Amino acid sequence: MILARPRQVSSILAGLGGARRLAVIGCQECVTVCQAGGRKEVSCLAHLLRIAGLKEGLPLMVTEATVARQCDTAYLAPLDPLVEQVEACISLGCGVGVQFIAERYPGVPVIPGVDTVGGGGTTAPGVWEERCAMCGECVLDQTAGICPVTRCAKSLLNGPCGGSSGGMCEVDPDLPCAWEMIYRRMKERKSLDDLRSIRPPKNWVSSRSGGLRRVIREDAMR
Amino acid sequence: MSTGPQTDKKKNAAASRLEAVLRAGIFAVTAEIGPPKHADGTRIRRLAAELKEYSDAQNLTDNQTAVVRLCSLAAAVHVLQAGGDPVLQMTTRDRNRIALQSDLLGAASLGIRNVLCLSGDHQRFGNHPEAKGVFDLDSVQLTAAVRRMRDEGLFLCGEEIKAPPRVFIGAVENPFAGPVELRVLRLGKKIAAGAEFIQTQVVYDVPAFSEWMAAVRAAGWHKRAFILAGVIPPKSDRAIRYMSRVPGITVPDELIRRMERAADPLGEGRRIALEIIRQLRDIEGVSGVHIMAVNWEDVVPELVAEAGLYPRPRISTTQGGGDSDAAGH
Repeated sequence: MILARPRQVSSILAGLGGARRLAVIGCQECVTVCQAGGRKEVSCLAHLLRIAGLKEGLPLMVTEATVARQCDTAYLAPLDPLVEQVEACISLGCGVGVQFIAERYPGVPVIPGVDTVGGGGTTAPGVWEERCAMCGECVLDQTAGICPVTRCAKSLLNGPCGGSSGGMCEVDPDLPCAWEMIYRRMKERKSLDDLRSIRPPKNWVSSRSGGLRRVIREDAMR
Repeated sequence: MSTGPQTDKKKNAAASRLEAVLRAGIFAVTAEIGPPKHADGTRIRRLAAELKEYSDAQNLTDNQTAVVRLCSLAAAVHVLQAGGDPVLQMTTRDRNRIALQSDLLGAASLGIRNVLCLSGDHQRFGNHPEAKGVFDLDSVQLTAAVRRMRDEGLFLCGEEIKAPPRVFIGAVENPFAGPVELRVLRLGKKIAAGAEFIQTQVVYDVPAFSEWMAAVRAAGWHKRAFILAGVIPPKSDRAIRYMSRVPGITVPDELIRRMERAADPLGEGRRIALEIIRQLRDIEGVSGVHIMAVNWEDVVPELVAEAGLYPRPRISTTQGGGDSDAAGH
Protein backbone atom coordinates (compact mmCIF):
# COMPACT_ATOMS: atom_id res chain seq x y z
CA MET A 1 0.00 0.00 0.00
CA ILE A 2 0.92 3.66 -0.14
CA LEU A 3 2.17 4.88 3.23
CA ALA A 4 1.31 8.34 4.48
CA ARG A 5 1.50 10.22 7.74
CA PRO A 6 -0.80 13.02 8.94
CA ARG A 7 0.45 16.57 8.49
CA GLN A 8 0.46 19.08 11.33
CA VAL A 9 -2.85 20.93 11.67
CA SER A 10 -0.91 24.19 11.79
CA SER A 11 0.58 23.63 8.34
CA ILE A 12 -2.84 22.70 6.95
CA LEU A 13 -4.29 25.91 8.43
CA ALA A 14 -1.41 27.88 6.94
CA GLY A 15 -2.38 26.64 3.49
CA LEU A 16 -6.03 27.70 3.71
CA GLY A 17 -5.53 31.29 2.65
CA GLY A 18 -8.84 33.02 3.37
CA ALA A 19 -10.99 29.93 2.83
CA ARG A 20 -13.65 29.44 5.49
CA ARG A 21 -15.91 26.78 3.92
CA LEU A 22 -13.91 23.57 3.72
CA ALA A 23 -14.32 19.93 2.71
CA VAL A 24 -12.11 17.32 4.35
CA ILE A 25 -12.01 14.32 2.04
CA GLY A 26 -10.74 10.91 3.08
CA CYS A 27 -9.99 7.73 1.15
CA GLN A 28 -10.91 4.16 2.07
CA GLU A 29 -7.82 2.59 0.56
CA CYS A 30 -4.19 2.69 1.75
CA VAL A 31 -4.47 5.77 3.95
CA THR A 32 -7.28 4.09 5.87
CA VAL A 33 -5.06 1.08 6.54
CA CYS A 34 -2.12 3.20 7.69
CA GLN A 35 -4.50 5.32 9.79
CA ALA A 36 -3.67 8.62 8.14
CA GLY A 37 -6.65 9.45 5.97
CA GLY A 38 -9.67 7.21 6.54
CA ARG A 39 -13.12 8.14 7.80
CA LYS A 40 -11.89 8.30 11.41
CA GLU A 41 -9.01 10.63 10.57
CA VAL A 42 -11.31 12.83 8.48
CA SER A 43 -13.61 13.29 11.46
CA CYS A 44 -10.68 13.95 13.77
CA LEU A 45 -9.12 16.58 11.52
CA ALA A 46 -12.50 18.25 10.89
CA HIS A 47 -12.99 18.67 14.65
CA LEU A 48 -9.48 20.02 15.12
CA LEU A 49 -10.03 22.55 12.33
CA ARG A 50 -13.33 23.70 13.80
CA ILE A 51 -11.71 24.15 17.22
CA ALA A 52 -8.74 25.98 15.71
CA GLY A 53 -11.12 28.28 13.84
CA LEU A 54 -13.07 29.06 17.01
CA LYS A 55 -9.84 29.81 18.86
CA GLU A 56 -8.86 32.24 16.13
CA GLY A 57 -12.32 33.83 16.21
CA LEU A 58 -12.86 32.75 12.61
CA PRO A 59 -15.43 29.96 12.54
CA LEU A 60 -14.72 27.41 9.82
CA MET A 61 -17.54 25.47 8.11
CA VAL A 62 -16.07 22.01 7.69
CA THR A 63 -17.85 19.23 5.78
CA GLU A 64 -16.62 15.64 5.92
CA ALA A 65 -16.59 13.09 3.11
CA THR A 66 -14.76 9.86 2.43
CA VAL A 67 -14.67 8.14 -0.95
CA ALA A 68 -13.82 4.57 -1.86
CA ARG A 69 -10.72 5.56 -3.84
CA GLN A 70 -9.38 9.04 -4.54
CA CYS A 71 -7.02 7.68 -7.21
CA ASP A 72 -9.91 6.64 -9.43
CA THR A 73 -11.98 9.40 -11.08
CA ALA A 74 -15.05 7.16 -11.17
CA TYR A 75 -15.30 7.43 -7.38
CA LEU A 76 -14.93 11.21 -7.26
CA ALA A 77 -18.22 12.13 -8.99
CA PRO A 78 -20.29 11.95 -5.75
CA LEU A 79 -18.11 14.80 -4.41
CA ASP A 80 -19.30 17.23 -7.10
CA PRO A 81 -22.25 18.80 -5.21
CA LEU A 82 -20.19 19.07 -2.02
CA VAL A 83 -17.13 20.68 -3.62
CA GLU A 84 -19.40 23.23 -5.33
CA GLN A 85 -20.27 24.54 -1.87
CA VAL A 86 -16.72 24.96 -0.51
CA GLU A 87 -13.80 27.36 -0.93
CA ALA A 88 -11.05 24.75 -0.38
CA CYS A 89 -10.62 21.00 -0.08
CA ILE A 90 -8.30 19.15 2.26
CA SER A 91 -7.49 15.74 0.83
CA LEU A 92 -6.35 13.00 3.18
CA GLY A 93 -5.57 10.78 0.22
CA CYS A 94 -2.01 10.16 -0.85
CA GLY A 95 -0.36 12.56 -3.31
CA VAL A 96 -2.20 10.80 -6.10
CA GLY A 97 -5.58 11.49 -4.51
CA VAL A 98 -4.72 15.13 -3.88
CA GLN A 99 -3.88 15.57 -7.55
CA PHE A 100 -6.89 13.68 -8.89
CA ILE A 101 -9.17 15.91 -6.81
CA ALA A 102 -7.28 19.01 -7.96
CA GLU A 103 -7.64 17.89 -11.58
CA ARG A 104 -11.37 17.35 -11.22
CA TYR A 105 -11.94 20.71 -9.48
CA PRO A 106 -9.32 23.03 -11.00
CA GLY A 107 -11.00 26.13 -9.54
CA VAL A 108 -10.77 24.92 -5.94
CA PRO A 109 -7.52 24.90 -3.92
CA VAL A 110 -6.70 21.41 -2.62
CA ILE A 111 -4.49 21.17 0.46
CA PRO A 112 -2.72 17.88 1.23
CA GLY A 113 -3.66 16.63 4.69
CA VAL A 114 -0.99 13.91 4.73
CA ASP A 115 2.63 13.52 3.71
CA THR A 116 3.02 10.55 1.37
CA VAL A 117 6.01 8.38 2.21
CA GLY A 118 6.21 5.48 -0.23
CA GLY A 119 5.12 1.91 -0.81
CA GLY A 120 5.18 -0.34 2.19
CA GLY A 121 3.28 -2.39 4.71
CA THR A 122 2.60 -3.09 8.37
CA THR A 123 5.47 -4.66 10.32
CA ALA A 124 4.03 -4.35 13.83
CA PRO A 125 0.93 -2.73 15.36
CA GLY A 126 1.29 0.99 14.67
CA VAL A 127 4.42 0.53 12.55
CA TRP A 128 4.46 0.80 8.78
CA GLU A 129 7.68 0.37 6.82
CA GLU A 130 8.63 1.30 3.32
CA ARG A 131 9.53 -1.63 1.12
CA CYS A 132 9.35 -0.25 -2.41
CA ALA A 133 10.81 2.98 -3.80
CA MET A 134 8.86 2.41 -7.01
CA CYS A 135 11.98 2.77 -9.15
CA GLY A 136 10.30 1.18 -12.14
CA GLU A 137 12.99 -1.48 -12.68
CA CYS A 138 12.76 -4.32 -10.17
CA VAL A 139 15.97 -5.95 -8.96
CA LEU A 140 14.41 -8.17 -6.27
CA ASP A 141 15.12 -11.36 -8.20
CA GLN A 142 18.85 -10.55 -7.94
CA THR A 143 18.89 -9.49 -4.30
CA ALA A 144 17.20 -12.36 -2.51
CA GLY A 145 13.90 -10.47 -2.32
CA ILE A 146 15.31 -7.54 -0.29
CA CYS A 147 15.24 -4.19 -2.05
CA PRO A 148 18.55 -2.30 -1.88
CA VAL A 149 17.14 0.68 -3.78
CA THR A 150 14.66 1.24 -0.96
CA ARG A 151 16.36 -0.18 2.09
CA CYS A 152 19.96 0.98 1.57
CA ALA A 153 20.39 4.66 2.43
CA LYS A 154 22.67 5.01 -0.59
CA SER A 155 20.67 2.67 -2.87
CA LEU A 156 23.87 0.73 -3.55
CA LEU A 157 23.65 -2.20 -5.91
CA ASN A 158 26.90 -4.05 -5.29
CA GLY A 159 27.06 -4.65 -1.58
CA PRO A 160 27.31 -2.61 1.59
CA CYS A 161 29.20 0.63 2.08
CA GLY A 162 31.90 0.97 4.71
CA GLY A 163 29.64 2.56 7.26
CA SER A 164 27.56 -0.32 8.53
CA SER A 165 28.19 -1.25 12.13
CA GLY A 166 27.06 -4.45 13.78
CA GLY A 167 24.67 -5.07 10.92
CA MET A 168 23.13 -1.62 11.22
CA CYS A 169 23.08 1.29 8.77
CA GLU A 170 25.35 4.29 9.29
CA VAL A 171 22.49 6.76 9.01
CA ASP A 172 20.38 5.19 11.74
CA PRO A 173 21.47 2.65 14.37
CA ASP A 174 17.91 1.26 14.38
CA LEU A 175 18.01 0.58 10.65
CA PRO A 176 19.32 -2.81 9.54
CA CYS A 177 21.95 -2.65 6.79
CA ALA A 178 20.12 -3.85 3.68
CA TRP A 179 23.22 -5.49 2.23
CA GLU A 180 23.97 -7.40 5.36
CA MET A 181 20.37 -8.69 5.23
CA ILE A 182 20.82 -9.63 1.58
CA TYR A 183 24.14 -11.33 2.36
CA ARG A 184 22.62 -13.39 5.19
CA ARG A 185 19.65 -14.48 3.13
CA MET A 186 21.86 -15.43 0.18
CA LYS A 187 24.14 -17.37 2.51
CA GLU A 188 21.10 -19.19 3.84
CA ARG A 189 20.01 -19.99 0.30
CA LYS A 190 23.57 -20.95 -0.66
CA SER A 191 23.47 -18.38 -3.45
CA LEU A 192 26.36 -16.08 -2.44
CA ASP A 193 27.62 -16.16 -6.02
CA ASP A 194 24.73 -13.85 -6.87
CA LEU A 195 26.44 -11.29 -4.64
CA ARG A 196 29.81 -11.74 -6.36
CA SER A 197 28.59 -10.67 -9.79
CA ILE A 198 29.00 -6.97 -10.49
CA ARG A 199 25.70 -5.27 -11.17
CA PRO A 200 26.04 -2.58 -13.85
CA PRO A 201 24.84 1.02 -13.37
CA LYS A 202 21.10 1.19 -13.00
CA ASN A 203 18.87 2.74 -15.60
CA TRP A 204 17.22 5.47 -13.56
CA VAL A 205 15.06 6.60 -16.50
CA SER A 206 12.31 4.32 -15.22
CA SER A 207 12.64 5.98 -11.81
CA ARG A 208 12.61 9.74 -11.19
CA SER A 209 14.77 10.71 -14.14
CA GLY A 210 12.50 10.18 -17.12
CA GLY A 211 9.56 12.46 -16.43
CA LEU A 212 6.04 11.23 -15.80
CA ARG A 213 5.80 7.44 -15.83
CA ARG A 214 2.87 5.75 -17.50
CA VAL A 215 1.56 2.22 -17.59
CA ILE A 216 -0.44 1.65 -20.76
CA ARG A 217 -2.20 -1.64 -21.40
CA GLU A 218 -4.30 -1.88 -24.50
CA ASP A 219 -5.90 -5.09 -23.27
CA ALA A 220 -7.29 -3.12 -20.33
CA MET A 221 -8.71 -0.31 -22.47
CA ARG A 222 -11.79 -2.23 -23.55
CA MET B 1 57.29 -7.41 4.90
CA SER B 2 55.38 -6.37 1.85
CA THR B 3 54.43 -8.94 -0.73
CA GLY B 4 52.16 -7.03 -3.00
CA PRO B 5 51.21 -7.81 -6.55
CA GLN B 6 54.23 -8.49 -8.71
CA THR B 7 55.19 -6.02 -11.38
CA ASP B 8 53.79 -6.98 -14.71
CA LYS B 9 56.75 -6.57 -17.02
CA LYS B 10 54.49 -6.13 -20.01
CA LYS B 11 52.70 -3.24 -18.38
CA ASN B 12 53.53 0.24 -19.56
CA ALA B 13 55.26 2.71 -17.30
CA ALA B 14 53.52 3.39 -14.04
CA ALA B 15 50.88 6.09 -14.21
CA SER B 16 51.98 7.71 -10.96
CA ARG B 17 54.74 7.84 -8.38
CA LEU B 18 52.53 5.81 -6.03
CA GLU B 19 52.09 3.09 -8.63
CA ALA B 20 55.83 3.02 -9.35
CA VAL B 21 56.69 2.69 -5.66
CA LEU B 22 54.17 -0.10 -5.13
CA ARG B 23 55.17 -2.00 -8.26
CA ALA B 24 58.80 -1.77 -7.18
CA GLY B 25 57.78 -3.74 -4.10
CA ILE B 26 58.51 -0.89 -1.72
CA PHE B 27 56.35 -0.50 1.40
CA ALA B 28 54.37 2.61 0.47
CA VAL B 29 53.27 5.57 2.55
CA THR B 30 50.36 7.74 1.58
CA ALA B 31 49.10 10.71 3.55
CA GLU B 32 45.82 12.55 3.62
CA ILE B 33 45.06 16.22 3.22
CA GLY B 34 41.61 17.47 4.13
CA PRO B 35 40.78 20.52 1.99
CA PRO B 36 39.56 23.58 3.90
CA LYS B 37 36.04 24.99 4.21
CA HIS B 38 37.12 28.12 2.35
CA ALA B 39 38.64 29.31 -0.89
CA ASP B 40 42.28 29.63 0.12
CA GLY B 41 44.59 26.86 -1.05
CA THR B 42 47.72 28.09 0.72
CA ARG B 43 47.62 25.48 3.47
CA ILE B 44 47.09 22.63 0.99
CA ARG B 45 50.21 23.69 -0.92
CA ARG B 46 52.20 24.09 2.29
CA LEU B 47 51.15 20.65 3.55
CA ALA B 48 51.78 19.04 0.17
CA ALA B 49 55.27 20.52 0.02
CA GLU B 50 55.97 19.11 3.48
CA LEU B 51 54.24 15.75 3.04
CA LYS B 52 55.73 14.93 -0.37
CA GLU B 53 59.06 14.29 1.36
CA TYR B 54 57.47 11.82 3.77
CA SER B 55 54.83 10.14 1.64
CA ASP B 56 54.64 8.74 -1.88
CA ALA B 57 51.22 10.20 -2.60
CA GLN B 58 48.75 12.53 -0.93
CA ASN B 59 45.01 11.88 -0.79
CA LEU B 60 42.59 14.77 -1.22
CA THR B 61 39.28 14.00 0.40
CA ASP B 62 36.06 14.72 -1.47
CA ASN B 63 33.84 16.75 0.87
CA GLN B 64 34.80 14.51 3.76
CA THR B 65 31.97 13.57 6.13
CA ALA B 66 29.66 15.30 3.67
CA VAL B 67 30.82 18.73 4.79
CA VAL B 68 31.26 21.27 1.99
CA ARG B 69 34.93 21.90 1.36
CA LEU B 70 37.22 23.09 -1.39
CA CYS B 71 36.75 20.39 -4.04
CA SER B 72 39.18 17.50 -4.23
CA LEU B 73 39.96 18.19 -7.88
CA ALA B 74 41.14 21.73 -7.18
CA ALA B 75 42.94 20.55 -4.05
CA ALA B 76 44.73 17.92 -6.15
CA VAL B 77 45.91 20.66 -8.51
CA HIS B 78 47.37 22.54 -5.52
CA VAL B 79 49.22 19.36 -4.58
CA LEU B 80 50.52 18.98 -8.13
CA GLN B 81 51.76 22.57 -8.09
CA ALA B 82 53.59 21.83 -4.85
CA GLY B 83 55.30 18.85 -6.46
CA GLY B 84 53.27 16.09 -4.80
CA ASP B 85 51.50 13.07 -6.29
CA PRO B 86 47.82 13.61 -5.59
CA VAL B 87 45.26 10.87 -5.05
CA LEU B 88 41.96 12.34 -6.18
CA GLN B 89 39.11 10.99 -4.06
CA MET B 90 35.78 10.81 -5.88
CA THR B 91 32.53 9.99 -4.14
CA THR B 92 29.32 8.96 -5.84
CA ARG B 93 27.30 10.90 -3.25
CA ASP B 94 27.45 14.31 -4.91
CA ARG B 95 27.86 13.63 -8.62
CA ASN B 96 26.18 11.50 -11.23
CA ARG B 97 27.87 9.47 -13.96
CA ILE B 98 28.08 12.51 -16.24
CA ALA B 99 29.93 14.67 -13.71
CA LEU B 100 32.17 11.85 -12.46
CA GLN B 101 33.40 10.92 -15.93
CA SER B 102 33.82 14.59 -16.77
CA ASP B 103 35.85 15.26 -13.62
CA LEU B 104 38.07 12.28 -14.35
CA LEU B 105 38.87 13.62 -17.82
CA GLY B 106 39.63 17.01 -16.33
CA ALA B 107 41.81 15.55 -13.59
CA ALA B 108 43.78 13.40 -16.03
CA SER B 109 44.25 16.37 -18.36
CA LEU B 110 45.85 18.29 -15.48
CA GLY B 111 48.27 15.49 -14.66
CA ILE B 112 46.46 13.89 -11.73
CA ARG B 113 47.42 10.22 -11.91
CA ASN B 114 45.73 8.51 -8.97
CA VAL B 115 42.03 8.26 -8.34
CA LEU B 116 40.21 6.71 -5.39
CA CYS B 117 36.61 5.60 -5.95
CA LEU B 118 34.21 5.60 -3.02
CA SER B 119 30.55 6.11 -2.25
CA GLY B 120 31.23 8.70 0.46
CA ASP B 121 29.76 9.33 3.89
CA HIS B 122 26.01 9.75 3.78
CA GLN B 123 24.95 13.39 3.48
CA ARG B 124 23.12 13.11 6.79
CA PHE B 125 26.48 13.38 8.60
CA GLY B 126 27.46 16.65 7.00
CA ASN B 127 26.55 20.29 7.22
CA HIS B 128 23.75 19.97 4.66
CA PRO B 129 21.84 16.96 5.99
CA GLU B 130 18.78 17.87 3.92
CA ALA B 131 20.69 17.55 0.63
CA LYS B 132 19.61 15.02 -1.97
CA GLY B 133 22.24 12.32 -2.25
CA VAL B 134 22.97 11.40 -5.85
CA PHE B 135 24.24 7.80 -5.72
CA ASP B 136 23.59 7.37 -9.43
CA LEU B 137 26.48 4.88 -9.35
CA ASP B 138 27.94 2.96 -6.46
CA SER B 139 31.67 2.71 -5.75
CA VAL B 140 32.04 -0.62 -7.57
CA GLN B 141 30.36 0.80 -10.66
CA LEU B 142 32.51 3.94 -10.50
CA THR B 143 35.66 1.80 -10.26
CA ALA B 144 34.55 -0.19 -13.29
CA ALA B 145 33.73 3.01 -15.17
CA VAL B 146 37.20 4.47 -14.53
CA ARG B 147 38.87 1.27 -15.67
CA ARG B 148 36.72 1.14 -18.79
CA MET B 149 37.60 4.74 -19.63
CA ARG B 150 41.29 4.05 -19.16
CA ASP B 151 41.70 0.57 -20.65
CA GLU B 152 39.00 0.46 -23.29
CA GLY B 153 38.86 4.18 -24.05
CA LEU B 154 35.09 4.13 -23.66
CA PHE B 155 32.57 6.16 -21.69
CA LEU B 156 29.89 4.29 -19.77
CA CYS B 157 27.55 4.88 -22.70
CA GLY B 158 29.96 3.09 -25.02
CA GLU B 159 31.16 6.17 -26.88
CA GLU B 160 34.85 6.36 -27.65
CA ILE B 161 37.31 8.61 -25.78
CA LYS B 162 39.92 10.02 -28.13
CA ALA B 163 42.52 10.56 -25.40
CA PRO B 164 41.73 8.17 -22.52
CA PRO B 165 42.71 9.15 -18.97
CA ARG B 166 45.88 7.52 -17.60
CA VAL B 167 45.32 6.84 -13.92
CA PHE B 168 46.19 4.40 -11.16
CA ILE B 169 42.86 3.17 -9.80
CA GLY B 170 42.11 2.80 -6.12
CA ALA B 171 39.16 1.89 -3.93
CA VAL B 172 38.48 1.63 -0.22
CA GLU B 173 37.40 -1.17 2.05
CA ASN B 174 36.40 -1.33 5.68
CA PRO B 175 37.61 -4.58 7.25
CA PHE B 176 35.61 -3.88 10.42
CA ALA B 177 32.12 -3.14 9.10
CA GLY B 178 30.44 -6.46 9.45
CA PRO B 179 31.03 -10.08 8.55
CA VAL B 180 34.59 -10.70 7.35
CA GLU B 181 33.33 -12.91 4.54
CA LEU B 182 31.11 -10.13 3.20
CA ARG B 183 33.93 -7.57 3.49
CA VAL B 184 36.34 -9.80 1.58
CA LEU B 185 33.71 -10.53 -1.04
CA ARG B 186 33.16 -6.83 -1.55
CA LEU B 187 36.89 -6.15 -1.74
CA GLY B 188 37.02 -8.81 -4.43
CA LYS B 189 34.28 -7.05 -6.36
CA LYS B 190 36.19 -3.79 -6.27
CA ILE B 191 39.37 -5.48 -7.46
CA ALA B 192 37.49 -7.36 -10.17
CA ALA B 193 36.00 -4.02 -11.22
CA GLY B 194 39.48 -2.55 -11.67
CA ALA B 195 40.88 -1.37 -8.33
CA GLU B 196 44.67 -1.71 -8.32
CA PHE B 197 45.25 -0.32 -4.86
CA ILE B 198 43.06 -0.40 -1.77
CA GLN B 199 43.16 2.00 1.16
CA THR B 200 41.43 0.64 4.23
CA GLN B 201 39.44 2.24 7.01
CA VAL B 202 41.56 3.16 10.01
CA VAL B 203 43.07 0.19 11.84
CA TYR B 204 43.09 0.31 15.65
CA ASP B 205 42.02 -3.28 16.15
CA VAL B 206 45.05 -5.06 14.68
CA PRO B 207 43.86 -8.61 15.51
CA ALA B 208 40.58 -8.01 13.67
CA PHE B 209 42.50 -6.53 10.76
CA SER B 210 44.82 -9.56 10.72
CA GLU B 211 41.81 -11.85 10.58
CA TRP B 212 40.47 -9.92 7.59
CA MET B 213 43.89 -9.99 5.90
CA ALA B 214 44.05 -13.75 6.38
CA ALA B 215 40.76 -14.06 4.54
CA VAL B 216 42.02 -11.63 1.87
CA ARG B 217 45.12 -13.78 1.38
CA ALA B 218 43.05 -16.96 1.29
CA ALA B 219 41.08 -15.43 -1.57
CA GLY B 220 44.30 -14.28 -3.25
CA TRP B 221 43.22 -10.63 -3.47
CA HIS B 222 46.53 -9.35 -2.02
CA LYS B 223 48.16 -10.61 -5.21
CA ARG B 224 45.73 -8.70 -7.40
CA ALA B 225 45.86 -5.30 -5.67
CA PHE B 226 48.11 -3.39 -3.28
CA ILE B 227 46.56 -3.04 0.16
CA LEU B 228 47.41 0.05 2.20
CA ALA B 229 46.20 -0.06 5.79
CA GLY B 230 44.66 3.09 7.25
CA VAL B 231 46.33 4.73 10.25
CA ILE B 232 45.07 7.68 12.27
CA PRO B 233 47.30 8.82 15.13
CA PRO B 234 44.93 9.73 17.98
CA LYS B 235 45.52 13.30 19.09
CA SER B 236 43.64 13.12 22.41
CA ASP B 237 41.37 10.88 24.46
CA ARG B 238 38.43 12.84 23.07
CA ALA B 239 39.59 12.18 19.51
CA ILE B 240 39.90 8.43 19.98
CA ARG B 241 36.54 8.23 21.79
CA TYR B 242 35.00 10.11 18.86
CA MET B 243 36.60 7.63 16.44
CA SER B 244 35.20 4.73 18.43
CA ARG B 245 31.69 6.10 17.83
CA VAL B 246 32.09 6.47 14.06
CA PRO B 247 30.03 3.75 12.34
CA GLY B 248 32.26 0.98 11.07
CA ILE B 249 35.29 1.80 13.24
CA THR B 250 36.33 -0.40 16.14
CA VAL B 251 38.71 0.84 18.82
CA PRO B 252 39.97 -1.52 21.53
CA ASP B 253 39.15 -0.21 25.03
CA GLU B 254 42.81 -0.51 26.00
CA LEU B 255 43.77 2.20 23.48
CA ILE B 256 41.09 4.54 24.83
CA ARG B 257 42.35 3.90 28.36
CA ARG B 258 45.93 4.56 27.30
CA MET B 259 44.96 7.91 25.82
CA GLU B 260 42.95 8.79 28.94
CA ARG B 261 45.88 8.01 31.22
CA ALA B 262 48.50 9.72 29.07
CA ALA B 263 50.32 12.66 30.63
CA ASP B 264 51.44 13.63 27.13
CA PRO B 265 48.52 12.75 24.84
CA LEU B 266 50.28 13.83 21.65
CA GLY B 267 53.28 11.66 22.45
CA GLU B 268 51.05 8.73 23.40
CA GLY B 269 49.01 9.12 20.21
CA ARG B 270 52.19 9.05 18.17
CA ARG B 271 53.42 5.97 20.06
CA ILE B 272 50.14 4.16 19.43
CA ALA B 273 50.29 4.97 15.71
CA LEU B 274 53.91 3.84 15.58
CA GLU B 275 53.11 0.51 17.25
CA ILE B 276 50.24 -0.06 14.86
CA ILE B 277 52.40 0.75 11.81
CA ARG B 278 55.04 -1.73 13.02
CA GLN B 279 52.42 -4.44 13.49
CA LEU B 280 50.89 -3.73 10.10
CA ARG B 281 54.25 -4.06 8.34
CA ASP B 282 54.53 -7.60 9.68
CA ILE B 283 51.23 -8.67 8.14
CA GLU B 284 51.68 -10.50 4.88
CA GLY B 285 49.89 -8.80 2.01
CA VAL B 286 50.00 -5.28 3.44
CA SER B 287 51.80 -3.14 0.86
CA GLY B 288 51.79 0.16 2.70
CA VAL B 289 50.11 2.49 5.13
CA HIS B 290 47.73 5.33 4.51
CA ILE B 291 48.15 7.93 7.27
CA MET B 292 45.05 10.04 7.76
CA ALA B 293 46.24 12.64 10.26
CA VAL B 294 43.66 15.22 9.29
CA ASN B 295 44.04 18.32 11.49
CA TRP B 296 47.33 16.88 12.71
CA GLU B 297 49.24 16.60 9.45
CA ASP B 298 52.37 17.92 11.18
CA VAL B 299 52.74 14.55 12.92
CA VAL B 300 53.32 12.68 9.65
CA PRO B 301 57.02 13.51 9.16
CA GLU B 302 58.10 12.39 12.64
CA LEU B 303 55.83 9.36 12.49
CA VAL B 304 57.23 8.24 9.13
CA ALA B 305 60.80 8.90 10.27
CA GLU B 306 60.32 7.05 13.58
CA ALA B 307 58.75 4.12 11.76
CA GLY B 308 61.90 3.81 9.67
CA LEU B 309 60.05 4.70 6.50
CA TYR B 310 62.15 7.79 5.72
CA PRO B 311 63.57 8.79 3.31
CA ARG B 312 60.97 7.89 0.72
CA PRO B 313 62.31 6.39 -2.48
CA ARG B 314 63.15 8.80 -5.26
CA ILE B 315 61.42 7.03 -8.04
CA SER B 316 60.27 8.23 -11.39
CA THR B 317 57.19 6.98 -13.12
CA THR B 318 59.10 5.95 -16.21
CA GLN B 319 61.37 3.42 -14.52
CA GLY B 320 60.09 0.22 -13.01
CA GLY B 321 62.34 0.03 -9.98
CA GLY B 322 63.14 1.90 -6.82
CA ASP B 323 66.26 3.24 -5.22
CA SER B 324 68.26 0.96 -3.02
CA ASP B 325 67.93 3.43 -0.15
CA ALA B 326 64.21 2.79 -0.09
CA ALA B 327 62.83 2.46 3.38
CA GLY B 328 61.44 -0.89 4.30
CA HIS B 329 63.94 -2.80 2.19
